[in-house]
This record gives sequence, C-alpha cells and structure tokens, in this order.
Amino acid sequence: MSTVADYVARIEGTCGAESDVIVVFRYEKKDEAIANIMKKATLKNTIAGIIFELTFEGLSFRLYTSGKAIFRGIKSKTELTELLTRLLL
Amino acid sequence: MDVQAIRQDFPILNREVNGNSLIYFDNAATTQKPIQVIDAEVDFYRKHNANVHRAVHTLSLEATDLYEKARETVTKLINAKNSSETVFVRGTTEAINLVAYSWGLNNLGKSDEVLVSLMEHHSNIVPWEINSKLRGFTLKYANVHYDGTLDYEDFESKLTKKTKIVCLSQVSNVTGVINDVKRIARAAHDQGALILVDGAQSVPHMPVDVQELDADFLAFSGHKMLGPTGIGVLYGKKEILESMSPFEGGGEMIKEVSYNRGTGRCGVSWNELPWKFEAGTPNICGAIGLAAAVKYLSGIGLGNVLAHEKDLTQYAMKRIAECKKVTVYGPKEPSQKCGIIPFGVEGLSSHDVALFCDNYGIMLRSGYHCAQPLHEMFKLESSARASFYLYNTKEEVDRFIEVLKEFDQN
Repeated sequence: MSTVADYVARIEGTCGAESDVIVVFRYEKKDEAIANIMKKATLKNTIAGIIFELTFEGLSFRLYTSGKAIFRGIKSKTELTELLTRLLL
Repeated sequence: MDVQAIRQDFPILNREVNGNSLIYFDNAATTQKPIQVIDAEVDFYRKHNANVHRAVHTLSLEATDLYEKARETVTKLINAKNSSETVFVRGTTEAINLVAYSWGLNNLGKSDEVLVSLMEHHSNIVPWEINSKLRGFTLKYANVHYDGTLDYEDFESKLTKKTKIVCLSQVSNVTGVINDVKRIARAAHDQGALILVDGAQSVPHMPVDVQELDADFLAFSGHKMLGPTGIGVLYGKKEILESMSPFEGGGEMIKEVSYNRGTGRCGVSWNELPWKFEAGTPNICGAIGLAAAVKYLSGIGLGNVLAHEKDLTQYAMKRIAECKKVTVYGPKEPSQKCGIIPFGVEGLSSHDVALFCDNYGIMLRSGYHCAQPLHEMFKLESSARASFYLYNTKEEVDRFIEVLKEFDQN
C-alpha cells in the first residue's frame, strides 16, 4: 500500500514572510503525484500550463509541472501530511 | 572580455534543466566553478594531499607550500600589505563572527556602540546582536532610502565618539547597490572607530583594494567568486589582528602548550599571524581552489568583470521594463549597482516566480535573501532575485525576459 513518503522527496519551509511550504515530489513519481492531485482538487487557474492554482477542501495551493507544490497557511507537519494523504492516496 | 570563451571553462553550463539549457542567475548565492578550479582541487587530492605545517615529509611540505602560496595569491588580490593579514576562514559569516567575538572581547563594553546598516545580510547583523547581549554595547542601525541606497547622512549622524566599529557591506546582496565604503571608512576613522567591510558581493565582482579603502577588516567568501564552498577570507590590519585574542583554540593556532605541575594547569601561547586564527586543520584544498579562482578572475581582470556585469544589468533593466507585471525593487539607475536585480511579479509570490522560471531552466533565488530587515523596510513579503556573473550573456537575459513576458499573457 502506498504512503505519502512514496511520493514526497522533501518538504521545505520557504524563506520569506509568506511562510509557504514547498513539497517536492520524487522525480520518478512526480507525474503520478500530479495526476492524483489534479483528479481530486479543483482547478481555479493556470499560468502557461506550468503553474496550476488549485483548491482542495477550501485550501488554495499551487502545483507545478516540475513536480513541486506550494502550500500556504499550513500550521503543522501533521496537518500537511494528512492533507497530502487525502490528495495523493 | 570573450564571454563565449569563458563559458567553455564552465562544464555545468552545458547541462540542461527541465529540458532547457541551464541559465544560472543565482550568482549572488553561489557561483559556478571553472575547470581550472575543479582541476586544482582534483590535482591536490591526487598528488599532494597531506596536512600542512609541522611535518618534514615531502607531501606535507608540498601541501604547505600550495596552501601558503594560495594565501599570497589572495593577499595580492586585495592588495593587503602582508600575507599575515590574510586569515583563511570558512566564509564571510565566520569572518564577521571572528571579529565580533574576538575583537569584541577586548574592545566592546557597556558604554560602546556598534553601527551597521539596515541593508546588511543577516551575517552582518546577527553576530553583533548576539554580542550586544553578551557585552552590553548598543547596536545602532543606519537607515536605507526607499530606493535601496544607503542614507549616508543618517549613517554619519549615528557615528559618534562612542562608536567603536562600523560594519557595512560594500555591495548589497539584495539590491546590488554599491556603497561608498571609502567615505564611511573616513568618517569612522575620524571618530576613532574601525570599519569592517562585508565584501561578499564586492570582492568577486570588482577590484577591491584594502589599502585604498583603508578598511580595518574585510570579509569575503570563496564560493561566491568561482571558488569552492567552505573557504573564505578575513583580512585585518596586522596591528589590529595582533591585538586580538584567538577565536577558537587548538591545532594550528598554538605555539606552545606546557603543563605546569605546580599549578596543575597548562600554559598556552599562540602562534603568529595569521595562524593564530586558524585553529585545527584548515581547509587546505579549499584554499588551493580559491587561489585557482583568484588567478582565473585576475587573468580576466575584475574591472572587465564589473564592466560586463554593469552592461548586462543595464540591458536587463531596460528589457524588464517591457514586462507589464514585473516590478523591480531597489535603484532604477543601473550605474548605482552591481549585477543584482530584485523583483516581483504582480499576483505571485517570489517562490512562484522562481519555480516558474525553474521550469525553463532559469535558476533564480526567492525569499528574503538573508536580509529580512531590508524586505520589511520595502514592505515586501519576499523578492525574486536575478544575479549575474562573468559567464552570463545578453542572450540568456533575452530568454529570461521571454519567460517573464509569459506572466503578461495570464
């Protein structure tokens, strides 16, 4: 059975007042991760087919075709892991 | 300056990122390495590797010779009077910490003041904040104008007889603004204060002469000037370095450690300059790599590097003005700055911009760039930053602009 760790290579806090969190998907699983997320989240906007602005359970976030996602307003690692579980699995 | 020939020396510039040719615009964070630097490091480990000093065998003598010649090369670059004034450290951050702790130990007390500016990198703020709490001195911040230039009047008005040291970057790592450190050095010395120049963004990009500047200390990093990571330099005037206590203890910085049976303690005396400040086994290979980088840059001429970067910046600033959603922060006049352009894109965070450009193989930095106070002053959550070096081209700028213009379509 797959886990979030199968898809996620690294989670990093960004530098800046935005307190964004970047999720970097494993290179070999990035296309699958993107496909899973796109199935479950709602597409609000796209920039040049590279940045996808999505919403899921009332939370806005951005997904990138290079295999990264930026979440804002995440309070804890647990909250992020639970969100990724619902988005990816 | 033949940029196309220079590019041939950098193997990494041949690679692709996300299916696109690499465009490396994150040079203020770290720079790429020419084959001459890579070869110097490989050659050392393949042929000469040994610990330096205090050995008589051939390899150690060769390693010592290479290490000390590297010091001479760096000394010449900054026109220091003597190689004893050139201390190898890990980088700019360690150099500034060394001064804050070691010089601060005997020179900063409750009635004293230290003056820095609001445009400083955290590495030229935090060591002083920490030591202010330890020693009780007052830390003052000189203002920066909203265009990112230093408020010289404010700086000079905050400089008093109580000021013991002023610490200022020669070039801002966020805006690329070039500060007149010679003017500030004169003003500091008039008040009996010393000046520490943060040269992390200047030494790699322009000729810097410590005697001409009359700098008491100069700090810079190897990796920002084509050299390896983990090696940097603290220049200090000999008489000042001699008056200071060591920063760290052990290994190379020791002259003698003698156990006294009567007192039950060891008496310790320090090595001479510059080794007094080089505790433990130094980064020998890093110093040799840095020397190779210095020779490479000197061969091209740092005046030529600066002219190229200014030309590129002027071109990029002109072309960025074509992008409707892009705002450039800092001075709009390219002559006031080096090759660093901080900017934002309407409706997007700096990380969005950096990730978007990454998709096209363009490497940018996003965030505070370790200068949160300056971003707070600009009322910015963060910024994207393009920073150039000698191997960047107008064609790369054109491609960058093409990518930025995609934001206008959405």
